[in-house]
Amino acid sequence: MHRFANPARFLRLSAVIQPWAAGATVVLLVVGLYLSLFGSPPDYQQGDTVRIMYVHVPAAWMALFVYVNMAIAAAVGLVWKHPLADLFSKAAAPVGAGFTAVCLVTGSLWGAPMWGTWWVWDARLTSMLILFFLYLGYMALVNAFDDPERGVKAGNVLLLVGVVNIPIIKFSVDWWNTLHQPASVIRMGGPTIAGEMLVPLLVMAFAFTAYFVSVVLLRLKSEILARKIQTLRLNDAQGR
Amino acid sequence: MAEFFAMGGYAAYIWPSYALTALVMVGLLVATLKGLRSREATLKALEGSRPPRRRARREAAVHETAAEMGEG
Repeated sequence: MHRFANPARFLRLSAVIQPWAAGATVVLLVVGLYLSLFGSPPDYQQGDTVRIMYVHVPAAWMALFVYVNMAIAAAVGLVWKHPLADLFSKAAAPVGAGFTAVCLVTGSLWGAPMWGTWWVWDARLTSMLILFFLYLGYMALVNAFDDPERGVKAGNVLLLVGVVNIPIIKFSVDWWNTLHQPASVIRMGGPTIAGEMLVPLLVMAFAFTAYFVSVVLLRLKSEILARKIQTLRLNDAQGR
Repeated sequence: MAEFFAMGGYAAYIWPSYALTALVMVGLLVATLKGLRSREATLKALEGSRPPRRRARREAAVHETAAEMGEG
Protein backbone atom coordinates (compact mmCIF):
# COMPACT_ATOMS: atom_id res chain seq x y z
CA MET A 1 0.00 0.00 0.00
CA HIS A 2 2.81 2.35 0.85
CA ARG A 3 4.17 1.90 -2.65
CA PHE A 4 1.30 4.11 -3.75
CA ALA A 5 2.00 6.74 -1.11
CA ASN A 6 4.42 8.23 -3.60
CA PRO A 7 2.31 10.75 -5.56
CA ALA A 8 4.50 10.54 -8.68
CA ARG A 9 4.13 6.77 -8.85
CA PHE A 10 0.41 7.05 -8.16
CA LEU A 11 -0.04 9.63 -10.92
CA ARG A 12 1.70 7.35 -13.44
CA LEU A 13 -0.55 4.43 -12.49
CA SER A 14 -3.62 6.65 -12.52
CA ALA A 15 -2.77 7.95 -16.00
CA VAL A 16 -2.88 4.34 -17.24
CA ILE A 17 -6.14 3.38 -15.51
CA GLN A 18 -8.13 6.58 -16.03
CA PRO A 19 -8.72 6.33 -19.82
CA TRP A 20 -9.86 2.70 -19.47
CA ALA A 21 -12.27 3.62 -16.68
CA ALA A 22 -13.60 6.53 -18.74
CA GLY A 23 -14.07 4.28 -21.78
CA ALA A 24 -15.80 1.61 -19.69
CA THR A 25 -18.11 4.29 -18.26
CA VAL A 26 -19.26 5.38 -21.73
CA VAL A 27 -19.79 1.84 -23.06
CA LEU A 28 -21.57 0.63 -19.90
CA LEU A 29 -23.77 3.74 -19.76
CA VAL A 30 -24.85 3.34 -23.40
CA VAL A 31 -25.67 -0.35 -22.92
CA GLY A 32 -27.22 0.27 -19.49
CA LEU A 33 -29.44 3.12 -20.69
CA TYR A 34 -30.58 1.11 -23.70
CA LEU A 35 -31.51 -1.86 -21.51
CA SER A 36 -33.14 0.35 -18.86
CA LEU A 37 -35.32 2.35 -21.24
CA PHE A 38 -35.96 -0.04 -24.19
CA GLY A 39 -34.65 -3.50 -23.44
CA SER A 40 -36.53 -4.27 -20.23
CA PRO A 41 -40.25 -4.83 -19.65
CA PRO A 42 -42.48 -2.62 -17.51
CA ASP A 43 -43.30 -4.07 -14.10
CA TYR A 44 -46.64 -5.88 -13.85
CA GLN A 45 -47.63 -3.75 -10.84
CA GLN A 46 -45.58 -0.59 -11.11
CA GLY A 47 -45.69 -0.18 -14.88
CA ASP A 48 -42.92 1.95 -16.38
CA THR A 49 -42.03 3.62 -13.07
CA VAL A 50 -39.86 0.58 -12.39
CA ARG A 51 -37.39 2.19 -14.81
CA ILE A 52 -36.55 4.72 -12.10
CA MET A 53 -35.00 1.78 -10.25
CA TYR A 54 -32.16 1.60 -12.79
CA VAL A 55 -30.81 4.96 -11.65
CA HIS A 56 -32.17 5.00 -8.08
CA VAL A 57 -30.71 1.69 -6.84
CA PRO A 58 -27.22 2.04 -8.39
CA ALA A 59 -27.05 5.58 -7.00
CA ALA A 60 -27.94 4.25 -3.54
CA TRP A 61 -25.32 1.50 -3.79
CA MET A 62 -22.73 4.05 -4.86
CA ALA A 63 -23.67 6.37 -1.99
CA LEU A 64 -22.89 3.55 0.47
CA PHE A 65 -19.88 2.19 -1.46
CA VAL A 66 -18.21 5.60 -1.72
CA TYR A 67 -18.78 6.30 1.97
CA VAL A 68 -17.32 2.94 3.03
CA ASN A 69 -14.29 3.57 0.82
CA MET A 70 -13.83 7.01 2.35
CA ALA A 71 -14.08 5.56 5.86
CA ILE A 72 -11.45 2.90 5.05
CA ALA A 73 -9.23 5.63 3.61
CA ALA A 74 -9.84 7.68 6.78
CA ALA A 75 -8.65 4.78 8.95
CA VAL A 76 -5.58 4.29 6.75
CA GLY A 77 -4.89 8.03 6.82
CA LEU A 78 -5.18 8.25 10.61
CA VAL A 79 -3.17 5.10 11.41
CA TRP A 80 -0.41 5.21 8.80
CA LYS A 81 -0.47 8.93 7.92
CA HIS A 82 -0.90 7.88 4.30
CA PRO A 83 -1.06 11.18 2.36
CA LEU A 84 -3.00 9.84 -0.61
CA ALA A 85 -5.64 8.23 1.64
CA ASP A 86 -6.41 11.68 3.06
CA LEU A 87 -6.64 13.18 -0.40
CA PHE A 88 -8.83 10.29 -1.60
CA SER A 89 -11.60 11.06 0.90
CA LYS A 90 -11.46 14.72 -0.02
CA ALA A 91 -11.65 13.86 -3.72
CA ALA A 92 -14.45 11.30 -3.35
CA ALA A 93 -16.78 13.25 -1.03
CA PRO A 94 -18.52 15.45 -3.63
CA VAL A 95 -19.10 12.43 -5.90
CA GLY A 96 -20.59 10.47 -3.00
CA ALA A 97 -22.77 13.42 -2.05
CA GLY A 98 -23.93 13.67 -5.67
CA PHE A 99 -24.96 10.01 -5.76
CA THR A 100 -26.78 10.38 -2.44
CA ALA A 101 -28.69 13.38 -3.75
CA VAL A 102 -29.61 11.46 -6.91
CA CYS A 103 -30.79 8.54 -4.77
CA LEU A 104 -32.95 10.78 -2.56
CA VAL A 105 -34.56 12.76 -5.37
CA THR A 106 -35.20 9.81 -7.70
CA GLY A 107 -36.61 7.95 -4.70
CA SER A 108 -39.00 10.83 -4.17
CA LEU A 109 -39.95 10.80 -7.87
CA TRP A 110 -40.63 7.08 -7.62
CA GLY A 111 -42.47 7.37 -4.32
CA ALA A 112 -44.89 10.03 -5.52
CA PRO A 113 -46.74 7.84 -8.04
CA MET A 114 -46.23 4.47 -6.28
CA TRP A 115 -46.54 5.24 -2.56
CA GLY A 116 -48.69 8.32 -3.01
CA THR A 117 -46.18 10.46 -1.11
CA TRP A 118 -42.94 12.27 -1.93
CA TRP A 119 -41.40 11.62 1.46
CA VAL A 120 -41.96 9.71 4.70
CA TRP A 121 -39.83 9.98 7.82
CA ASP A 122 -39.18 6.28 8.02
CA ALA A 123 -35.91 4.58 8.88
CA ARG A 124 -34.56 3.98 5.36
CA LEU A 125 -35.26 7.45 4.01
CA THR A 126 -34.15 9.24 7.17
CA SER A 127 -30.88 7.31 7.50
CA MET A 128 -30.15 8.03 3.83
CA LEU A 129 -30.78 11.74 4.45
CA ILE A 130 -28.34 11.54 7.38
CA LEU A 131 -25.76 10.01 5.02
CA PHE A 132 -26.22 13.03 2.73
CA PHE A 133 -25.62 15.38 5.67
CA LEU A 134 -22.55 13.36 6.69
CA TYR A 135 -21.11 13.95 3.23
CA LEU A 136 -21.87 17.67 3.41
CA GLY A 137 -20.57 17.89 6.98
CA TYR A 138 -17.33 16.18 6.00
CA MET A 139 -16.82 18.54 3.07
CA ALA A 140 -17.48 21.60 5.24
CA LEU A 141 -15.26 20.36 8.08
CA VAL A 142 -12.26 19.50 5.90
CA ASN A 143 -12.26 22.99 4.41
CA ALA A 144 -12.89 24.81 7.70
CA PHE A 145 -9.26 24.84 8.87
CA ASP A 146 -6.42 27.08 7.69
CA ASP A 147 -4.10 24.10 8.04
CA PRO A 148 -5.33 21.45 5.58
CA GLU A 149 -3.67 18.66 7.64
CA ARG A 150 -5.86 19.47 10.64
CA GLY A 151 -8.97 19.70 8.50
CA VAL A 152 -8.31 16.29 6.99
CA LYS A 153 -7.71 14.78 10.43
CA ALA A 154 -10.98 16.15 11.82
CA GLY A 155 -12.77 14.96 8.69
CA ASN A 156 -11.32 11.47 9.05
CA VAL A 157 -12.64 11.21 12.60
CA LEU A 158 -16.09 12.29 11.40
CA LEU A 159 -15.99 9.66 8.63
CA LEU A 160 -15.15 6.89 11.12
CA VAL A 161 -17.89 7.95 13.54
CA GLY A 162 -20.40 8.15 10.68
CA VAL A 163 -19.74 4.54 9.64
CA VAL A 164 -22.31 3.48 12.26
CA ASN A 165 -24.95 4.84 9.88
CA ILE A 166 -24.04 2.38 7.10
CA PRO A 167 -25.43 -0.85 8.68
CA ILE A 168 -28.41 1.18 9.88
CA ILE A 169 -29.19 2.11 6.25
CA LYS A 170 -28.63 -1.45 5.02
CA PHE A 171 -30.80 -3.15 7.66
CA SER A 172 -33.33 -0.37 8.24
CA VAL A 173 -35.82 -2.11 5.96
CA ASP A 174 -35.62 -5.29 8.09
CA TRP A 175 -35.49 -3.69 11.55
CA TRP A 176 -38.38 -1.27 11.19
CA ASN A 177 -41.71 -1.19 9.43
CA THR A 178 -41.39 1.01 6.43
CA LEU A 179 -42.88 1.89 3.09
CA HIS A 180 -39.56 1.10 1.47
CA GLN A 181 -39.33 -2.41 0.06
CA PRO A 182 -36.75 -4.83 1.53
CA ALA A 183 -33.58 -5.81 -0.31
CA SER A 184 -34.22 -7.81 -3.47
CA VAL A 185 -30.74 -8.10 -4.98
CA ILE A 186 -28.08 -8.22 -2.25
CA ARG A 187 -29.77 -10.65 0.13
CA MET A 188 -29.35 -14.12 1.60
CA GLY A 189 -30.68 -16.73 -0.80
CA GLY A 190 -29.98 -14.76 -3.96
CA PRO A 191 -31.82 -12.04 -5.86
CA THR A 192 -35.61 -12.21 -6.08
CA ILE A 193 -35.76 -9.79 -8.99
CA ALA A 194 -36.48 -11.02 -12.53
CA GLY A 195 -33.38 -11.59 -14.67
CA GLU A 196 -34.47 -9.18 -17.40
CA MET A 197 -34.56 -6.42 -14.77
CA LEU A 198 -31.49 -7.58 -12.89
CA VAL A 199 -29.22 -7.31 -15.95
CA PRO A 200 -29.88 -3.61 -16.70
CA LEU A 201 -29.63 -2.88 -12.97
CA LEU A 202 -26.20 -4.50 -12.71
CA VAL A 203 -24.96 -2.90 -15.95
CA MET A 204 -25.96 0.53 -14.61
CA ALA A 205 -24.29 -0.26 -11.27
CA PHE A 206 -21.03 -1.11 -13.07
CA ALA A 207 -21.40 2.03 -15.20
CA PHE A 208 -21.74 4.18 -12.05
CA THR A 209 -18.73 2.44 -10.49
CA ALA A 210 -16.62 3.05 -13.60
CA TYR A 211 -17.77 6.68 -13.59
CA PHE A 212 -16.76 7.01 -9.96
CA VAL A 213 -13.30 5.54 -10.64
CA SER A 214 -12.63 7.80 -13.62
CA VAL A 215 -13.84 10.98 -11.90
CA VAL A 216 -12.19 10.26 -8.56
CA LEU A 217 -8.82 9.66 -10.26
CA LEU A 218 -9.10 13.08 -11.93
CA ARG A 219 -10.10 14.69 -8.64
CA LEU A 220 -7.25 12.97 -6.81
CA LYS A 221 -4.79 14.31 -9.36
CA SER A 222 -6.32 17.75 -8.84
CA GLU A 223 -5.88 17.44 -5.04
CA ILE A 224 -2.23 16.40 -5.48
CA LEU A 225 -1.63 19.47 -7.66
CA ALA A 226 -3.33 21.67 -5.05
CA ARG A 227 -0.91 20.34 -2.40
CA LYS A 228 2.04 21.02 -4.70
CA ILE A 229 0.81 24.57 -5.34
CA GLN A 230 0.45 25.13 -1.61
CA THR A 231 3.99 23.89 -0.91
CA LEU A 232 5.47 26.09 -3.64
CA ARG A 233 3.62 29.16 -2.35
CA LEU A 234 4.72 28.48 1.24
CA ASN A 235 8.31 28.19 0.06
CA ASP A 236 8.00 31.43 -1.90
CA ALA A 237 6.49 33.20 1.10
CA GLN A 238 9.36 32.01 3.27
CA GLY A 239 11.80 33.25 0.63
CA ARG A 240 13.22 29.80 -0.04
CA MET B 1 -42.08 6.98 -30.41
CA ALA B 2 -44.60 9.20 -28.65
CA GLU B 3 -45.66 6.13 -26.74
CA PHE B 4 -42.09 5.61 -25.63
CA PHE B 5 -41.78 9.19 -24.36
CA ALA B 6 -45.12 8.89 -22.57
CA MET B 7 -43.68 6.03 -20.44
CA GLY B 8 -47.11 4.56 -19.76
CA GLY B 9 -48.29 7.87 -18.31
CA TYR B 10 -45.41 8.20 -15.87
CA ALA B 11 -43.23 10.45 -18.04
CA ALA B 12 -43.39 13.25 -15.46
CA TYR B 13 -41.60 11.03 -12.92
CA ILE B 14 -39.28 8.94 -15.08
CA TRP B 15 -37.68 11.59 -17.30
CA PRO B 16 -36.82 13.98 -14.45
CA SER B 17 -35.15 11.04 -12.66
CA TYR B 18 -32.89 10.34 -15.61
CA ALA B 19 -32.34 14.04 -16.32
CA LEU B 20 -31.26 14.74 -12.74
CA THR B 21 -28.90 11.76 -12.74
CA ALA B 22 -27.32 12.97 -15.99
CA LEU B 23 -27.12 16.53 -14.68
CA VAL B 24 -25.33 15.53 -11.48
CA MET B 25 -22.89 13.20 -13.25
CA VAL B 26 -22.05 15.64 -16.05
CA GLY B 27 -21.90 18.57 -13.62
CA LEU B 28 -19.42 16.79 -11.34
CA LEU B 29 -17.28 15.82 -14.32
CA VAL B 30 -17.23 19.36 -15.70
CA ALA B 31 -16.43 20.88 -12.30
CA THR B 32 -13.65 18.31 -11.83
CA LEU B 33 -12.09 19.02 -15.22
CA LYS B 34 -12.33 22.79 -14.70
CA GLY B 35 -10.62 22.57 -11.31
CA LEU B 36 -7.92 20.30 -12.69
CA ARG B 37 -7.18 22.59 -15.65
CA SER B 38 -6.98 25.72 -13.50
CA ARG B 39 -4.65 24.02 -10.99
CA GLU B 40 -2.46 22.73 -13.81
CA ALA B 41 -2.21 26.30 -15.14
CA THR B 42 -1.40 27.72 -11.67
CA LEU B 43 1.29 25.11 -11.09
CA LYS B 44 2.84 25.78 -14.48
CA ALA B 45 2.94 29.52 -13.77
CA LEU B 46 4.46 28.95 -10.32
CA GLU B 47 7.09 26.55 -11.60
CA GLY B 48 7.81 28.74 -14.64
CA SER B 49 8.70 31.70 -12.43
CA ARG B 50 11.28 29.68 -10.53
CA PRO B 51 13.36 27.59 -12.97
CA PRO B 52 15.97 24.94 -12.06
CA ARG B 53 14.74 24.49 -8.53
CA ARG B 54 17.07 22.61 -6.23
CA ARG B 55 20.41 23.90 -7.48
CA ALA B 56 19.21 27.49 -7.74
CA ARG B 57 17.92 27.30 -4.20
CA ARG B 58 21.17 25.87 -2.84
CA GLU B 59 23.25 28.44 -4.68
CA ALA B 60 21.04 31.27 -3.50
CA ALA B 61 21.45 29.99 0.05
CA VAL B 62 25.24 29.90 -0.34
CA HIS B 63 25.27 33.45 -1.66
CA GLU B 64 23.04 34.61 1.17
CA THR B 65 25.26 33.04 3.81
CA ALA B 66 28.31 34.54 2.14
CA ALA B 67 26.67 37.96 2.08
CA GLU B 68 25.67 37.66 5.73
CA MET B 69 29.17 36.63 6.70
CA GLY B 70 30.55 39.49 4.68
CA GLU B 71 28.34 41.94 6.52
CA GLY B 72 29.44 40.57 9.89
